[in-house]
Amino acid sequence: MKTFLILGGLVLAAFSSLPAEETPGGPQQSNSSSSSQNPIDKIVFARLNQLNIQPARVCSDAVFVRRAYLDIIGTLPKGTEAEAFEMDVSPHKRAALIDRLLERDEFADYWAMKWSDLLRVKAEFPINLWPNAAQAYHRWIRAGIKDNEPYDRFARQLLTASGSNFRVPPVNFYRALQNKEPRAIAQAVALTFMGTRAEKWPAGQLDGMAAFFSEIGYKPTAEWKEEIVLFDMAKTTNRLAQAAAFPDGAPVRLSPERDPREVFADWLIDPKNPWFTQNIANRVWSWLLGRGIIQEPDDFRADNPPSDPQLLALLEKELIDSHYDLKRLFRLILNSKTYQLSSVPAAATPEAAAHFASYPLRRLEAEVLIDALDQITGTSENYSSAIPEPYTFIPGDVRSIALPDGSIGSAFLDMFGRPPRDTGLESERNNRPTADQRLHLLNSSHVQNKIEQSHMIQNLMQSNRTTRQMAAAMYMVILSRLPTEDELKITEGYFQSGSVNKRQAAVDVAWALINSAEFLYRH
Amino acid sequence: MRYQLNADGEPFKPYSDALITRLRDTAITRREAVRRALLGAGGLLLGHHLSLRALEAAPSPQAKAKAVIQIWMWGGPPHLDTFDPKPEAGSDYCGPLNKPIATNVDGIRICELMPLLAKQADKYSIIRSMTHGVNGHETASYMVQTARASGGRDVYPCAGAVVSLFKGYNAGYHGLIPPYIVLTEPQGRFSEEGFLGSRYQPFATGGDPAKTPFAVEGVVSASITENRQKGRRELLHKLDCLPRVLPANSELAASAQCEKEAYDLILGDAGKVFDLTQEKDDLRDRYGRNTFGQSCLVARRLVERGVPYVTINYKGGWDTHKENFQTMRRRLPEMDKGMSTLLQDLTDHGLLDKTIVWWGGEFGRTPKVMWEAPWNGGRGHHGEVFSAVLAGGGFKGGHIVGSSDAKGEAVQTRPVYPCDLLGSMYELLGIDPNAKLPHPAGLDVRVAPCPAEGLKTGGRLTEIM
Repeated sequence: MKTFLILGGLVLAAFSSLPAEETPGGPQQSNSSSSSQNPIDKIVFARLNQLNIQPARVCSDAVFVRRAYLDIIGTLPKGTEAEAFEMDVSPHKRAALIDRLLERDEFADYWAMKWSDLLRVKAEFPINLWPNAAQAYHRWIRAGIKDNEPYDRFARQLLTASGSNFRVPPVNFYRALQNKEPRAIAQAVALTFMGTRAEKWPAGQLDGMAAFFSEIGYKPTAEWKEEIVLFDMAKTTNRLAQAAAFPDGAPVRLSPERDPREVFADWLIDPKNPWFTQNIANRVWSWLLGRGIIQEPDDFRADNPPSDPQLLALLEKELIDSHYDLKRLFRLILNSKTYQLSSVPAAATPEAAAHFASYPLRRLEAEVLIDALDQITGTSENYSSAIPEPYTFIPGDVRSIALPDGSIGSAFLDMFGRPPRDTGLESERNNRPTADQRLHLLNSSHVQNKIEQSHMIQNLMQSNRTTRQMAAAMYMVILSRLPTEDELKITEGYFQSGSVNKRQAAVDVAWALINSAEFLYRH
Repeated sequence: MRYQLNADGEPFKPYSDALITRLRDTAITRREAVRRALLGAGGLLLGHHLSLRALEAAPSPQAKAKAVIQIWMWGGPPHLDTFDPKPEAGSDYCGPLNKPIATNVDGIRICELMPLLAKQADKYSIIRSMTHGVNGHETASYMVQTARASGGRDVYPCAGAVVSLFKGYNAGYHGLIPPYIVLTEPQGRFSEEGFLGSRYQPFATGGDPAKTPFAVEGVVSASITENRQKGRRELLHKLDCLPRVLPANSELAASAQCEKEAYDLILGDAGKVFDLTQEKDDLRDRYGRNTFGQSCLVARRLVERGVPYVTINYKGGWDTHKENFQTMRRRLPEMDKGMSTLLQDLTDHGLLDKTIVWWGGEFGRTPKVMWEAPWNGGRGHHGEVFSAVLAGGGFKGGHIVGSSDAKGEAVQTRPVYPCDLLGSMYELLGIDPNAKLPHPAGLDVRVAPCPAEGLKTGGRLTEIM
């Protein structure tokens, strides 16, 4: 923990050079109000102005660095990283940080996790992909994100691939389903790529779409658990195929030689398609801003209109113009003032949230939370698959955002609402707080042991620091910021209260910071 | 878990439960498949018809039972070596356990390793004709506890989550102890709450009730004194600045409420339910000073305080592919002691009339013993017929429901499917089988499977209700 020792010194230096936090909002906000050329901001702020909603102020650097790490790479900044950013005086440091984070390995881990939720990457019941197919599928998804593969190509491959579940990973799209009837497949495709619940469609519309998926065949091979997904021409006489119609009502005649999945995919990824681009643009927005322009982000329907059609149209156009470069869209959103607003609303107007007048508070996801605890304390978790079969080897130091398979998990992940990956609905992830979760964080041996065994505490105890220095270091590591003078007084008071020894006091301060809303929430 | 060839001591098998499910699913007839698709896609189409049918069958909900203690025999206990002995089938079937003992009810005999339960047969009834035909742990566990077949689009909630929905917080349950408790580890094979969501997931205690203190994860800390608990709570409140900056935030308000509930458990009296030192030593001894025995005692204390559903997840090594009989000799006396004392203790506290005790696993075990190596007297999975035991809460004791054939291989009379057992339990709990479950996509799904779902049924257990 050499880095930590260095940090201790830097923290002190930084502390004296920083002005006291005396802005009305406390440490959450910044006084700077830079004017913005970002097209998102023009639309959002014009709209807010028109609705007479006062936007929040731009967040402080300390808030921004934490938010950017958590939102972009699902990872808490290390104390040293947060400190370096906060001390950086470059005027473009936020944009530079965004660029750096978009290239980190954890970016691919975190967004592969997100996509694996939607694509139901799970070896066992009820999806039953089988462990090494799940791993191959996850690897493929992660590689696509790492390489920033254009999203339309990503989608087309998932929809049209044929071959072995082990060797051609995207074919697992058609295997990761509880029900492989054409209508059920159509529902999954509609949910994933069109953001719409096809079970609410008129039956005829679903049947028309189902026809495109009525000629998918599944064949076993001599290799254990291998399965070939293919265009099964033997099924082309199927009456369903004759009923094929695109969801927008346009009829189509399927030729017996051509895989109808390709016909569908080409219709889907056409920039003029009314669902495809809008869906992904809205999803990306909702992932970063905590709320879709259309909300829920996978429930597009006529009676659920976008809160700001102009904004959604802008994001769509950006995607089409950049040939579906998702990182570019991320970058555009992340650099906007809208994204960088403080979570402290300027006014309590009911419509403010739907118009993005402040950054919404959201509890850390299960995986992000446990990884953050592990990072702070230098501990690790054991992850296991309920049914340990070959191909399910989990190294001891793996981070939970990098787990390849929804069947691999832990009681903590379940308790904190990790999605079961049964349906691909965004709402499967549950970030609502429960009393069980509070019990666990406040009083479980699991969390208590992590803190007590942490390198952070050991280091602070050995390095003979003042209680003030110890508190400052813990704030930087856990909350990515320095404490205010008031906070220092409170922690010093606790150290000096005499009710616990110095080590216990240090543990309790770390415990209190970990249990604070500022740690548990994105803000 | 590390790479290993054996799953929980099972022999390596060239297929998985998942494959078995898939093979069975592909065997579904075309008509069945279309019907399932219709149900999945447009429950509305059938909804009207279904609700009429279901309404006709609905009994007036009159609750006899207030709580359930589920003794979950994880792994699948052998029916021949527990509640359905077959000494006449010969040693290839019953092995060395060929001297079943009479019980205090004429005509009922059970395995010789359960002498204490034999004295209490008037308190429980044995179903010897449970069946579903599923032989994979996960799929069978799902089937037995949700009454639904696996493989549909939805993951259904299991009985504990359904009871928690209808008897928990929504139904005026105010206890600080969560309404659905698992002693001590969750099952982990599927999410018990299914599509109902995490609000209905069980609270797994962790810890070991045979140890003092029973360190219920989160509730009872073995290392933090009460004074320190109070001191650091105060520290937390002083340092927690976000709620002060955002006083109107609903997320934080919900979190604060959760924290309050958590502390009421940690520092208040409610958490004392887990303090077994409040019980007499003599009673604790009778339960058996082991995890299962003391879990039974905790279960009684929980239902006494109004908790509506307690699962004792009994990981006793019942998945006896190998050396079945040695395991039975080792584990059955422990089970006998804990379960029989539970029945007596519930009676002594006047709780048995209001508490259903449900004993059973996901399936039985193959009646024909595999004597050869590497099994050395093992038994495989057997979903074709198996046993379950029900007591209390309005179920009559001293009866046998159904029967298996002479060798215990198949149902002979009166098949009982998981939906029959769960449906009967719901009925006694006063849960309307036709009540709607809140479905995330708004589909019309009911507590008990409707006839149109195509699940087999042998009818509710009216003979013991």
